[in-house]
Amino acid sequence: MDKNINVLIVDDYRTMLRIIRNLLKQLDFNNVDEATDGQEALAKLRAGNFGLVISDWNMAPMTGLDLLKEVRADARLKNLPFIMITAESKTENVVAAKQAGVSNYIVKPFNAETLKEKIEKVMVHA
Amino acid sequence: MPDGAQAGPDEDRIEAAVRAVLVSMSGDLTAKEAALLAELEALGRTIARAKAEIAQLSVDDITGAHIPSATDELDAIVDHTAQATNEILDACETLEKLEAEVPPAAAEALQGAVTRIYEACSFQDITGQRISKVVSALKAIESRVEAAVANASGRPAPAPAAAAPVAPKTEGQELANGPQLPGGGTSQEEIDRLLASFD
Repeated sequence: MDKNINVLIVDDYRTMLRIIRNLLKQLDFNNVDEATDGQEALAKLRAGNFGLVISDWNMAPMTGLDLLKEVRADARLKNLPFIMITAESKTENVVAAKQAGVSNYIVKPFNAETLKEKIEKVMVHA
Repeated sequence: MPDGAQAGPDEDRIEAAVRAVLVSMSGDLTAKEAALLAELEALGRTIARAKAEIAQLSVDDITGAHIPSATDELDAIVDHTAQATNEILDACETLEKLEAEVPPAAAEALQGAVTRIYEACSFQDITGQRISKVVSALKAIESRVEAAVANASGRPAPAPAAAAPVAPKTEGQELANGPQLPGGGTSQEEIDRLLASFD
């Protein structure tokens, strides 16, 4: 697994961005950028060269699910590994995310081991 | 209608009908008719009293002070927990920098402890989302109270906010419910099984 890839983390809570960034650093992912909603994330993804997206769902104006749909509809980004980390834990949310093409789904609150396991899983298939 | 309940158009019609019946009926009544009329008259009085009580509610206190004060307090909770969480994270980052200066076994133990603190600090996100839900509920109660009092007192209902064009909700917005109560959501293990069922 290439840990030199650029990772984009997306969350409207700055403390959560900081927590995920620090957990990624523990996993030796040091090239991490941040966005606080789907629109900002989409602009960064289109302008940059990222190998993984880790996104929250509940953000405004663009949610994580809507970001995921935009990513999958973009010819250059459509195969980008995309992990949703969210407090949205209803079955209908998970099904909607899967149908939209999510690579994996982590429910908050989560632990570092789960984050590590899901990243390894999606990067193997990348 | 129980005391304190909201009077609406249906209750107004009941009250008017009761009064019309009382005015139009005269002469000898059977015991059953008299009892029925007494019940109707009591119902009319209850409706009138409820309307008066609703109209006298200190709605300005509720909408002008109590609810804004409650939402401000909740916002302050979010700010203070965010501030405290960031201070905890500052301390964790300082501890992580010390890992290189201690023996490997101690460094590993240190990182394990810091990781657990990171995991625990995600509470701030969850509580922030829960508090946002409570603020939304309070604002909905505020507008319902204003409408109920306006209706009961005969005053015009508060004008809704300037009607800005509202974009239709996306699927992501429609499905955004925030954190579920314990037992109300799906566990990580169940989510993993659900995702695997698509493969």
